[in-house]
Amino acid sequence: MTTDAVSPGFMASGGKSWVREWLFTLDHKRIGMLYLWCITAFFAVGVLLGLVIRMELFWPGKDFIGQQAYNAIFTMHGVIMIFIVVIPSIPAAFGNLFLPLQLGAEDVAFPRLNTFSFWLYAIGGATALISLFTGGGAPDTGWTFYVPFSAATTTNVSVAVAAVFILGFSSILTGLNFIVTIHRLRAPGLTWTRLTLFAWALYATAWIQVLATPILSITVLLIVVERVLGLGIFDPARGGDPILYQHLFWIYSHPAVYIMILPAMGVISDIIPVFCRKSIFGYKTIVGSSLAIAFAGSLVWAHHMFVSGMSDTAVMVFSFLTFIVAVPSAVKVFNWLSTMYKGSIRLEPPLIYALGFIFLFAMGGITGLVLGSAGTDMHVHDTYFVVGHFHYVIFGGTGFGMFAAIHYWFPKMYGRMYNRKQAIAAALILVVGLNGLYFPMYLLGLEGMPRRYYDYLPQFTSLHQLSTYGSWITFVGLALMLWNLIRSRYRGEPVGRNPWKAATLEWTLPSPPPTHNFDTEPVVTHGPYDFSQVRDDDGA
Amino acid sequence: MTEHRDYQGAKMGMWIFLFTEILLFGGLFVLYSVTLGRYPTEFHEASKLLDVTMGTTNTVVLITSSLFAALSVVGLQRGNPRAAKGFILLTLGLACCFLVIKYFEWSHKIHAGLYPGGETLVQWEPGRQAFFSLYYTMTGLHGLHVIIGMGVFLWVWTRIAAGTCTPAHFVALENAGLYWHLVDLIWIYLFPLYYLIT
Ligand code: HEM
Ligand SMILES: [Cu+2]
Repeated sequence: MTTDAVSPGFMASGGKSWVREWLFTLDHKRIGMLYLWCITAFFAVGVLLGLVIRMELFWPGKDFIGQQAYNAIFTMHGVIMIFIVVIPSIPAAFGNLFLPLQLGAEDVAFPRLNTFSFWLYAIGGATALISLFTGGGAPDTGWTFYVPFSAATTTNVSVAVAAVFILGFSSILTGLNFIVTIHRLRAPGLTWTRLTLFAWALYATAWIQVLATPILSITVLLIVVERVLGLGIFDPARGGDPILYQHLFWIYSHPAVYIMILPAMGVISDIIPVFCRKSIFGYKTIVGSSLAIAFAGSLVWAHHMFVSGMSDTAVMVFSFLTFIVAVPSAVKVFNWLSTMYKGSIRLEPPLIYALGFIFLFAMGGITGLVLGSAGTDMHVHDTYFVVGHFHYVIFGGTGFGMFAAIHYWFPKMYGRMYNRKQAIAAALILVVGLNGLYFPMYLLGLEGMPRRYYDYLPQFTSLHQLSTYGSWITFVGLALMLWNLIRSRYRGEPVGRNPWKAATLEWTLPSPPPTHNFDTEPVVTHGPYDFSQVRDDDGA
Repeated sequence: MTEHRDYQGAKMGMWIFLFTEILLFGGLFVLYSVTLGRYPTEFHEASKLLDVTMGTTNTVVLITSSLFAALSVVGLQRGNPRAAKGFILLTLGLACCFLVIKYFEWSHKIHAGLYPGGETLVQWEPGRQAFFSLYYTMTGLHGLHVIIGMGVFLWVWTRIAAGTCTPAHFVALENAGLYWHLVDLIWIYLFPLYYLIT
């Protein structure tokens, strides 16, 4: 291990105060870094809350926290993880860091707006934390804020949904910025078919952010209106309709699951060719499936409401549409596997995480079909089966996509390499931990354990305990990964421009990149996965 | 970092943003239509209680302000910042007018107990209550947009005065104008839905 100096690049201090240099920065790379650090911090909080939930469920009945505290903890766990960690994770952090670099641009289209988005994010995150400690106590509704309970409860729901509103606004502005950036700021020669698949994924995601998030904004605003001003929007006694709330909520929140997963798929599509030394199989199909997911994913929201009293026709239609949307996801998996076929595979950490992604995402996606078929959903709706499903896709999918992205771009961000053996060990521990943590939930759900319950029947004890053991293994994996990364940020071995010998533009810059991205505007002459002209900068 | 100007990019960004605003109100329009479908007669009855004269006046006021907004953009494009500033002030004046009329309308209703939880309204059947809940929410959110739009115009006014929004680079004013037209457009839908469905 060496501690040679690495040129600080865009991290270099310009001699101004820390606040001016970072919080008022217009540099997309610094903004990406700010997001990355905030997201990591909130992720740590969310993980700790999750561990507490699992601890409490170790035995039936009360172990060490009360019912109200339990409700508050799983609500804040969900709010933090979904709205503050997972939704912004890859687009806001890595999109900001690397999208302009992959386009050969100097910055995003609206740098000031970008800073503003980050502020909104920070204010929204802070507001969510404030809702924990003020008013009538932490919200206890679950992250979906279903009415009528969210309109009636005395806990601090108004502040929490205000946080969601602000975060949503931040997400819209990031999406808007990326769309314009991709349209307007591509380097000469960078045609649409030479765009990286990560950029394509961000493009599809950005459209969902822009088109779906306003619906969430208005919905949560209506909760505030109903609670604070006493207007009857969802209360049946005053002419409202609680089912309408569910429709409006899921019209956003189902597409939102694709805001969560598409960027991760983009990362995976960028990583796999690099570590197989092969051009991606079916570039255009992957692009097409991203857009198809974005489109079809907007039509299936009501599969969350099969048992809430829709007509049978509606149930059948939404069940059918749900099956349709599984197709493009499966197409991508086949494309990745075909890319690996007969490739010269290097099992570096980013690829290990990508493989973990494919495995866990498939586990979650297949159970999505069980939930999407109305008949089987009747049986497992609102049970632990659903909890298992969405954790496999969100944690196993988006989470692993995020980890893959960190391990792929870490040398570019810091100019140093982490310990590869430890990184691989952490990945394997995490895969074991996640299966231990969430697979028992499928079984619990099939046996009828409802979700969001503080207590349970004694026959569920052993599966719950298995899951809690899994949570500890997961924690060990996360801790090892984080420790490895933090230590390597200061003491890792210095690397050159292109340690993975990748062919996209960000790897032609020094690591870390300078403040002004490109000295001369690059001219692109080949696709992102054409490795024939890649220079061997490091001998690595 | 060099100042980067991209006229088309700026316009594109604004259009996408306006789209999100339409969707924001779209959620409310969906709520409106579902509720109307459920309580057609109650909506019909409740709508009679709104003051059509005031509503019509406000519609005229807002459309005229939109005209002034457009004229200010034309003024700047033709190289006349003074005219642009003048038309902005006219737009702002009419916007104030709109808000004052709205204030009288609302306070009149509230005096009559026609507000959520108000003594008159609570005794009515759910359909009429729903009408007024939606009325206050939608016109309230629209009013908020009027105020935001005024803020945007004030800001552009100072930029013209400071010489950073110029006949050569007028996209800030143009985007403010686009925003104002959206505010106008939404009102043009709200007006018949609430005042004229009797
Ligand atoms: C692409 C990544 C995906 C993510 C991030 C995701 C996320 C989620 C989340 C968070 C929930 C729980 C919502 C709640 O709290 O009530 C959920 C439920 C559900 N998911 Fe997914 N999902 C994904 C993919 C899929 C797929 C591919 C399908 C079907 C083909 C699917 C079908 C369902 C259904 C039907 C439910 C509702 C189950 C119920 O409440 O009974 N999901 N998903
Ligand atoms: Cu869904």
